[in-house]
Amino acid sequence: MFKFILRRSMGAVITLFLIGTVTFFLFLSGPSDYASLACGKDCSPARIESIRHAMGLDLPLFQQWWDFMSGIVMGRDFPTGHCSAPCLGVSYSSNELVWDTVVDRMPLTLSLTVGGLVVFLFIGLAAGMIAAYKKGTAVDKFATGASTVLSSFQIYLLGPLALLLFVWSTGWFENPKYYPFLENPFLWLAGLWIPILVMSTIFTAQYTRMARSELVQQLQEEHVRTARAKGMSKKYVFFRYAWRGSLIPILTVIGIDISSLLSGGVVTELTFSLHGLGRLAVDGATTKDLPLTMGVMLVSAFFILICNMVTDILYAYVDPRIRLS
Amino acid sequence: MTSPIEIEDSATKVAAEGEAKPEAAEPTLEGRSPGQLMWMRFKRDRVGVICAWIVLAYFVIGLAAPLLTMLSGTDPYTMYGQDPAYSDKPVIDEFGLPLGTFGGVSGDHWFGVEPELGRDMFALLIYGIRTSLLMALLVTVLCMVTGVVIGLVAGFLGGKTDFFVGRVTDFFLAFPSQLFFIAFMPVITALFVDPQEETPTYFRALAMLIVLWILGWMGMSRLVRSVVMMLREREFVEAAKVSGASNWRIVFKEILPNVVSPIIVQFTYTLPSTILTIAFLSFAGVGFVEPTPDWGRLFANGADYTQMVPSYIFFPGLALVIFVLAFNLLGDSVRDAFDPKSGR
Repeated sequence: MFKFILRRSMGAVITLFLIGTVTFFLFLSGPSDYASLACGKDCSPARIESIRHAMGLDLPLFQQWWDFMSGIVMGRDFPTGHCSAPCLGVSYSSNELVWDTVVDRMPLTLSLTVGGLVVFLFIGLAAGMIAAYKKGTAVDKFATGASTVLSSFQIYLLGPLALLLFVWSTGWFENPKYYPFLENPFLWLAGLWIPILVMSTIFTAQYTRMARSELVQQLQEEHVRTARAKGMSKKYVFFRYAWRGSLIPILTVIGIDISSLLSGGVVTELTFSLHGLGRLAVDGATTKDLPLTMGVMLVSAFFILICNMVTDILYAYVDPRIRLS
Repeated sequence: MTSPIEIEDSATKVAAEGEAKPEAAEPTLEGRSPGQLMWMRFKRDRVGVICAWIVLAYFVIGLAAPLLTMLSGTDPYTMYGQDPAYSDKPVIDEFGLPLGTFGGVSGDHWFGVEPELGRDMFALLIYGIRTSLLMALLVTVLCMVTGVVIGLVAGFLGGKTDFFVGRVTDFFLAFPSQLFFIAFMPVITALFVDPQEETPTYFRALAMLIVLWILGWMGMSRLVRSVVMMLREREFVEAAKVSGASNWRIVFKEILPNVVSPIIVQFTYTLPSTILTIAFLSFAGVGFVEPTPDWGRLFANGADYTQMVPSYIFFPGLALVIFVLAFNLLGDSVRDAFDPKSGR
């Protein structure tokens, strides 16, 4: 098991390094002139030149790449001051360290992602299990129909609708806002429950459908039928045989969905005017602030890799065949 | 020489598995290709057929958008609220909000008008659908073709090639794709156009195409690879190999026809998600810009006005929900038609 985890983390580090390198060469060393991009329209050539020098863009490509990559591990010095260990450069537009900005925005995105994950796993999988357990009944038909319709909705449709319903027209609740979780979890939940629910609705619907169809398929398997024929209770067979078997495909999809959850976070943050990593990426892209965008990208890639690794470890835990091969 | 036997063989095999059992028992054996069987099963699925018509209607609406706006007598570029030529028929009040019920729905403006500028919502929506559908169709076809070629090569050659392609695919999959779409858009646009100048619309379209293409082929390639790996070991491929068929022949005549059905199923699932991704790009503000009519931007604008003019987001939203729902159900029906065992 230890060897398995070690091998996976090695792979993750290599992938992260490659992503960083590719992103770097595409972004900072692409054919376009980033000094004039950062400067914007109506910029004097002398000013462009000074920006280019300040950004280190007059250095050779390899040197720039090495400065950036080693900066992430060891920190680096800028004319404006020192930038310690995970150094992702300085933002063009705000002149602040990218890492500080990212750390500042991270809690909100983490709240949305983890909150959404918890909600859709609990509700989605539970609803799917109930539907499969009561296959063919009215409960099943309702769950299947509702999840089919709901999975066709989008965050940018549900978000304004939820705001209209709960905030604007009725005044029951306040506009969503982020409060630090550690200071006051209740306030945190009160501020974020609408975005979390809206964001997870589509995932909940998809997981209901998926869990149901996986379980229905598993319940038709021969070993399940044999277990029932031997006289084991329906409940026992359902949880110990069918549920266990359907965990593997569900886990695979969760691993893939982590990245779509992050992008769901982008739409949610835009819809509810919250300030997280997603909005940072959009701001970085629209203001053409490349160090900022790149920092957000690397941090998100890091998260996705960590999540994929955890899924793989869980995967190996659930299915011994993977652990041993 | 192998193909007719192979088709008949797989046809009877599918028939034996599927619902067409009684026909196989009849004295006069009639050979049906897997495609014909699939079509028969699909036609019997009423939900699937209805959804196929709905999806088709969207494509017709998109293609015939100029004709439909001739019918309604509006176009997506005229600002009916500000153009002095239309001052005899005011559609916008002094606060910039549409006059009349539900966002100004009337005989002239079927879906109402936009706040502030007063552009016609019907024209904006159908032209937006046109932009999104054409774009998504192009992107999906490109991704499909790329994925199929890469998957075929990796699956058929196996060994080192497969290992290498697999690592590259994994690498692309590790990208936080939607964030990358947002981030890459300005970079790719900067490749074509000097940042100091205005970006023409077709360059934006090209940039979107490239970004979505680069990060969109992996799913298809993985699917095709796994199917090809399975088919490579089948008897009819070995028979072809023994009888001296070239690799090209084996790939195109023996393997490719059998990969068609998973490709079609994947296509019906990928197209709506591509449309949603394009809408997402516009929503995030890196897609098409004014005045190009675009479905996704209607949501971005609509969300801003929901508090004052809830009707703004209503029509585009309803259209999107119906479209995605129909496409998803169509995808399920197509999958069931190809593989009756995967039934719900």
